Amino acid sequence: MTTRLLNDRDIEFMLYEFLDTENLLKRSRYQEHSREVFNATLDTAKVIAEKYFAEHNAKGDANEPTFDGEKVHQIPETKEAWDAFAEAGFLAAHYDFEDEGMQMPEIILRASMAYFTAANVATSAYPFLSLGVANLIHSFASEEHKARFLPPMKDGRFSGTMALTEPGQGSALADIKTYAEPAKDGTYRIFGQKMFISGGDQSITSNILHMVLAKIKGAPAGVKGISLFICPKVLVNEDGSLGERNDVALAGLLHKMGYRNTTSTVLSFGENGGAVGYLVGEPHKGLSYMFQMMNEARIGVGMGAALLGYQGFNYSLDYARERPQGRLPSTRDPESKQISIIQHADVRRMLLAQKSYVEGGMAMCLYASSLFEDSQTGETEEIRKEAITLLDLITPMVKSWPSAYGLKANELAIQVLGGSGYIREYPVEQYYRDNRLNPIHEGTDAIHGLDLLGRKVTMDNGAGYKLFNKALATTIAEAREQSSLAEFAEQLESALNTLNTVTSTLLNKLPEGIDEGMANATIYLDLFGRVFASWIWLKQAMTATQGLAKADVQENDRNFYQGKLQANRYYFEWELPHIETQANLLMSHNLTTFEMQDAWF
Amino acid sequence: MKILVAVKRVVDYNVKVRPKSDGTDVDIANVKMSINPFCEIAVEEAVRLKEKGVATEIIAISMGPKQAQEQVRTALALGADRGILVESDEDLQPLAIAKMLKAIVEKESPDLVILGKQAIDGDNNQTGQMLGALTSMPQGTFASEVNVADGRVSVTREIDGGLQTVNLSLPAIVTTDLRLNEPRYASLPNIMKAKRKPMDTFTPEDLGVDATPRVKTLSVEPPAERKAGIKVADVAELVDKLKNEAKVI
Repeated sequence: MTTRLLNDRDIEFMLYEFLDTENLLKRSRYQEHSREVFNATLDTAKVIAEKYFAEHNAKGDANEPTFDGEKVHQIPETKEAWDAFAEAGFLAAHYDFEDEGMQMPEIILRASMAYFTAANVATSAYPFLSLGVANLIHSFASEEHKARFLPPMKDGRFSGTMALTEPGQGSALADIKTYAEPAKDGTYRIFGQKMFISGGDQSITSNILHMVLAKIKGAPAGVKGISLFICPKVLVNEDGSLGERNDVALAGLLHKMGYRNTTSTVLSFGENGGAVGYLVGEPHKGLSYMFQMMNEARIGVGMGAALLGYQGFNYSLDYARERPQGRLPSTRDPESKQISIIQHADVRRMLLAQKSYVEGGMAMCLYASSLFEDSQTGETEEIRKEAITLLDLITPMVKSWPSAYGLKANELAIQVLGGSGYIREYPVEQYYRDNRLNPIHEGTDAIHGLDLLGRKVTMDNGAGYKLFNKALATTIAEAREQSSLAEFAEQLESALNTLNTVTSTLLNKLPEGIDEGMANATIYLDLFGRVFASWIWLKQAMTATQGLAKADVQENDRNFYQGKLQANRYYFEWELPHIETQANLLMSHNLTTFEMQDAWF
Repeated sequence: MKILVAVKRVVDYNVKVRPKSDGTDVDIANVKMSINPFCEIAVEEAVRLKEKGVATEIIAISMGPKQAQEQVRTALALGADRGILVESDEDLQPLAIAKMLKAIVEKESPDLVILGKQAIDGDNNQTGQMLGALTSMPQGTFASEVNVADGRVSVTREIDGGLQTVNLSLPAIVTTDLRLNEPRYASLPNIMKAKRKPMDTFTPEDLGVDATPRVKTLSVEPPAERKAGIKVADVAELVDKLKNEAKVI
């Protein structure tokens, strides 16, 4: 039984019914496009994903990359997949026509990427990172560096990495030790060590551009002293040809639980006199530049988590339909035919929970991509500004909610398969191991909780938070008009009130003691995520209700829309109510965990 | 040399279709539609002949609803030079399709017509042969290898028990089998270029063809589900059941 990639009907629903992607064609940037072009792009993505990525997902897991002291070795399918991705034009798709791109809208690029990620999350990480690095260079590097480094990134000769974390510092970037010294030729020499660098070395491309965070000697302390450098594995001559090896060495590979075909590396910079680095933008502003890539990557991580969940859901659903086992409690005849396990209520519970997590997560991430699109190409300044303000607020949830519940979905997929789910002969245990990374990288849950409560909610006088309220209020008012959805409108309104009360209570308490006040921020993040997810589900349910009301709705579409409505009901009745317990803890400023002392363990 | 290649819009091979509950047809509302896989192979073969310098122009044609222009565009993105859509909301059946292809053949005078051997929706395996009969062109069906040289085409055919090679004078018809080639996919730059390639649209009336269906679908139903087996006590009971219940001996 092979795993089908995602669900084409659902992607169509999300792009053209839940979101109004076709409306982008009215924007001048996309006038050359059509829905046909979008669909053809998605088709090509799917074909390549099936042919070059899905085929070695298990093989790449079973044969993790190795390092012989000189070179990294990977299964050859990795490079074939990269080449197919690059040759099809995906690395350049979103650039302007004049830069040999296709002016592909962000959301179509992300929906295309979804097929690759679903097929093979580990191999997809290489193009994923390279797209981000190229965007970073495109946005902030000098014209000279753009001319030297972007063409080989667009055609796939170079790949990229983000080199932030160090052996001593992961989440706490203010304390990084890597430093840069100015050289006479205007470049810098970089010294230090970086750890957990995905794709830091590999057997795919002739060169790798590391985007390194480092402090220029004498820089201010903390995050305000961090600069960003392009540090190539192999030096690049001015004419674009490859020169000598730079002083960047692979100290070793790390051995991971999942995502195995993505190398995770320890890199040493400057063991032999200093690695040549090129400053990006201005000194000491590196972290703000890097945030562009991190925010992009955060939506990507949320999406990856939802998609791994989606693949587990698909597999366990097919399995549950085919696997006969047992009889209903009402069946007494031991000689009667066994039923397929989907006929057991508890299996349907596990499938419906998965459906609500993975389709909810994917819709959430595509919605975030549509906001990013609006922030770039929206018709008016106001639309662009509101989109980025709202996106800033929701990014912690867009990253964390799918990471938490996509993983939970994978756990349920294993449970649906029972013993078969726990053995490596079936793919669901790999999905779980792969997905376990997502609540960790690109900011752990705890970091996003702190970011949300400590920064995002109050940022810009709470502008993003107000937009979030406004968006939900609009949906609530609309849903109330449809009798079948009125009950969910009430529940969402009540949940939003709870969120608002909790938020103001926590913010009012913060001045009394910020350590205590922030202690339960991760719970706040989850509460916020549940309210957000309920909104996303209610919006899907509204769309499905409209679909059902069409005069010519056919049977398979009716089933599809009914599925959306039932998943919406599940989320509101089974998942959302947990916020009441969380709200009680938060509003009573519960300090049980805060007051626990080291010695008492 | 000019090649005419036909592409059919069908339900994507990944979709598991189900009959409608009223049994009138299969339910294909809003399911993903694609080029018939055999037709993709036909396009690929034409593009390869062009890349080899054998062909100079490839015309891709589809027949069906307006949306079938998506499949023509796909063929253009794969390498065809121009497209033709014969637009009709009728249930187009092989005979009507063959008649319309004949009209296009007369208009365009291609040296080679490449078709899929069958489409995965109707599984008819008739259009190429009917076109051969209507146009009196020689045909090489179920092709697993195609070589054009000296005004002739040699077609290796997959037949029961082995391979057969036929050598045909041009113009000729070739229908493709699965092993002929492995089709490419459209790169994103080519998808954009395809938008600017010309496409003509006709109706069956323009071509002087009555496309009314000749074959009527009476009902569509899923295969009967397998029932649970039973245990028999001995051979005598088995024989009895085979004889009197199953009535197979």
